[in-house]
Amino acid sequence: MAVKVISPGLSTSVQDLGRPGYYHLGIPEGGGMDRFATRIANLLVGNEPGAALLEATFMGPELEFTEAATVAVTGGELPPKVNGEERPTWESFPVKAGDRLSFGYLKGGARAYIAISGGIDVPVVLGSRTTYVLGALGGFEGRVLKAGDELPIGTGTGTSGKSLPANLRRPQISPAELRMLPGLYWHRITEAAGKRFFEDTWKVAPEADRIGYRFRGGAPLEFVEREQPFGAGSDPSNIVDACYPYGSIQVPSGTEPIVLHRDAVSGGGYMMLGVVISADMDLIAQLQPHTPAKFAPVTLDQALAARADNAKLMARAEEYLAG
Amino acid sequence: MAQILSPLPGTFYRSPSPGQPAYKNDGDSVAVGDVIGLIEVMKSFHEVKSEVAGSNVRFTADNEEPVMAGAPLADLD
Repeated sequence: MAVKVISPGLSTSVQDLGRPGYYHLGIPEGGGMDRFATRIANLLVGNEPGAALLEATFMGPELEFTEAATVAVTGGELPPKVNGEERPTWESFPVKAGDRLSFGYLKGGARAYIAISGGIDVPVVLGSRTTYVLGALGGFEGRVLKAGDELPIGTGTGTSGKSLPANLRRPQISPAELRMLPGLYWHRITEAAGKRFFEDTWKVAPEADRIGYRFRGGAPLEFVEREQPFGAGSDPSNIVDACYPYGSIQVPSGTEPIVLHRDAVSGGGYMMLGVVISADMDLIAQLQPHTPAKFAPVTLDQALAARADNAKLMARAEEYLAG
Repeated sequence: MAQILSPLPGTFYRSPSPGQPAYKNDGDSVAVGDVIGLIEVMKSFHEVKSEVAGSNVRFTADNEEPVMAGAPLADLD
């Protein structure tokens, strides 16, 4: 069983739930940027939640199936079509040998997750099938898909007509509110700058990708004056090199905040204002360029409560699909 | 009347690079597959090829305008 790539879309890659445990060596966790959509797509087609699937960014691929399979598309509203006929999202549907799966224009969100029963059977590298494009590691030949690729597919047991109702999905609210925990370097900016940072509405920059989401449109940060310590660069946004957590918000030269995402670099010399909380990382994955977002400060207790709520949302959806 | 829609979200450009003439000017004819502009997204540029044919093209999106996926870029007769 294989799937032939007729056209790859803009940036379509094999992803799963990631490759944790190597970040200290500079290899990021990776995996589907929208974890909820990744897990649900797999469950809809009868796969394990961490099976390998396709993450399509902004634009869908066109695929041809050599054998029958069950398919589900979740995440952003990227309308799937089988031989030109539209199919629902968040619901499994059958494809026959020779069928072509294509997509209409993106109607909402940014990334769609295309799960195929049996999962994409590329080799496991460091415990995962996730593609890390910067490191040319994992996935299909360590890169995004190209026309002419043939993806090996495992043996599946999916059934069509399985769906997750809208009230069990994570709602997408605009402007997105990204909750963040101010961090170690917060003291580097003035009180007025900190206040402005939360008041301003930011917009996703077109450069935003799996490594980081850049935002612009808010006021430049004002730094507290200091003599730069030995080892730090001369710009006031520079620090002595430090580790970069997932979700950390760096602001090079104080102008455009960048939130590191699943393919993050693991360290560098920019101060970080804090981290976007884990519960809101999926939200970022679904932001199109030029869409508005605001940052909101939370405490560690609030961040942990949000993480628990997020886990409950996931558990409710998984229970529904298991039932 | 036919419309040309943006296949991608990003920034729309009317010409191949700054200072170059536009791919198409208002009033031109457009054939299927003609490039009518560029979309910049994720640090790369993507040609927008028309999926429809028509005459008397009228651009509804400006040069350097931010667009969403599926946004109308131009009308055709």
